[in-house]
Amino acid sequence: MSKRIEVKDLNVYYSKFLAVEDVSLTIEPRSVTAFIGPSGCGKSTFIRTLNRMHEVIPGARVEGEVLVDGDNLYGPGVDPVLVRRNIGMVFQRPNPFPTMSIRENVLAGVTLNNRRMPKSTADDLVEKSLQGANLWKEVKDRLDKPGSSLSGGQQQRLCIARAIAVEPDVLLMDEPCSALDPISTLAIEDLIEELKNEYTIVIVTHNMQQASRVSDRTAFFNIAGTGKPGKLIEYDDTNTIFTQPSVQATEDYVSGRFG
Amino acid sequence: MSSPAVARTESAPPSKPVQRLGDRIFSGSTLTAGALILATLAAVAAFLVLQSVPALTENPEDISIFTSGETFWTYVWPLIFGTLWASALALVMAVPVAIGIALFISHYAPRRLAQGLGYVVDLLAAVPSVVFGLWGANTLAPLVQPFYLWLTENLGWIPLFAPPASGTGRTILTAAVVLAVMILPIITALSREVFLQTPVLHEEAALALGATRWEMIRMTVLPFGRAGVVSAAMLGLGRALGETMAVAMVLSSSGIISFALLTSSNPSTIAANIALSFPEAYGLNVNVLIATGLMLFAITLAVNAIARYIINRRKEFSGAN
Repeated sequence: MSKRIEVKDLNVYYSKFLAVEDVSLTIEPRSVTAFIGPSGCGKSTFIRTLNRMHEVIPGARVEGEVLVDGDNLYGPGVDPVLVRRNIGMVFQRPNPFPTMSIRENVLAGVTLNNRRMPKSTADDLVEKSLQGANLWKEVKDRLDKPGSSLSGGQQQRLCIARAIAVEPDVLLMDEPCSALDPISTLAIEDLIEELKNEYTIVIVTHNMQQASRVSDRTAFFNIAGTGKPGKLIEYDDTNTIFTQPSVQATEDYVSGRFG
Repeated sequence: MSSPAVARTESAPPSKPVQRLGDRIFSGSTLTAGALILATLAAVAAFLVLQSVPALTENPEDISIFTSGETFWTYVWPLIFGTLWASALALVMAVPVAIGIALFISHYAPRRLAQGLGYVVDLLAAVPSVVFGLWGANTLAPLVQPFYLWLTENLGWIPLFAPPASGTGRTILTAAVVLAVMILPIITALSREVFLQTPVLHEEAALALGATRWEMIRMTVLPFGRAGVVSAAMLGLGRALGETMAVAMVLSSSGIISFALLTSSNPSTIAANIALSFPEAYGLNVNVLIATGLMLFAITLAVNAIARYIINRRKEFSGAN
């Protein structure tokens, strides 16, 4: 179910502005890869190119290749809708659909394209996904209540349940804990640890402790100055990045000298 | 530690929050504005009720606008029916089109085209109703008459299209089409504004699940905008219920109750009837017409109440919490 991602010479533009320059890296299946770096360095922009979500912003485009198990996401005739169906995403702020119940939220992705399923199958999927997101025990008695009635941390886990309900190949997380309190953050981090047994996970985080806690590999992005493009500075095992980085800028950043 | 604090509160009177002059002026003026609307509404309601009383209490035989044996209720009922029927037809035609235009402007059209189109729709709202009336009576009615004829000949077995077709085309359906065109801009403009307010967060959530654009709209934009669209439709309905000139000019009415859309005998509407009858009305007839106005007032109130009820029914899921 999990897949390898290879990024080759990727440039990301917003109209004429080059936002991320020349990124090449390989993300292994069944691993957690963290993107760290100061604000505005393009890590969120970059993670959104991995499921073509950046195209939602008018004028955004890329040059280069993103290969998922050898298939180029940007090849001719590739439908971004299908790409996103296989590469799930969790956002910075929890965004369950407010007009849907908890149950409907979990099933939202599965019922797309008028796919119908018998109620018992749907019930099983709701339970499995919510259990996968460590939320089942808390909500099993109120599946028909609106998703927005949950706490922030629960909402974020509901969003994760929604994302894994469609059984994607890859799970992208764009600062999933930045709007959450420490307890909820811990719950999500534990969840990431479990999810990596099944999924390839890429996580953007501002929190370096979080990166060192949850990830196997870490990529450090940096920016030379305002208006300059973001670049991938160093990509290595998380341990190496946090103990013996080979680039001075990385060491300065992880040791807290800037950023 | 608490004793000095207690001593201080005893010695000095509790200080009132300072009221700045600007705050007082502002709150005073908003209060006035709020009170003014209530006062206006009360004045209108009082006028309608007081002036309507004679029409209901006097002997119907003494009121010349009634044909013999007619009471106020038998007089007003076909008018109420016509008003609701024409407005409902207009709403059924206008709302889907308005939602379509609004979605096109907010989510499909390229930005430059969307701006231009939004401007044109707003312009449509600025056309006076008498112009719509002229257009409906002189252009639209002759244009659609052959089509009506065809409908009655081929689909006449459907009660709505029962023959004989009107020779002029000035039927309740034509009037409803004109009404639909008139209420289209306000429904479109409000729906567009609501659709544009959909949180990007929710739209992205749907897209990231692999939703197509239409699925994204169905999952996020339409549920989010539902209450707003209902309100917009009710505003449009309010305008259609009260519309006078266009209906009076287009419709050739005969004061009957009939669902047939294409015949030459059509129910009139309250507002059009008042406009057509008022210039020649005198004495108690005036009171009768005002009483029909009171009915219109009550209908509009009821429509608004129903709309509120619809909006509030699923408040939990509205996204406001």
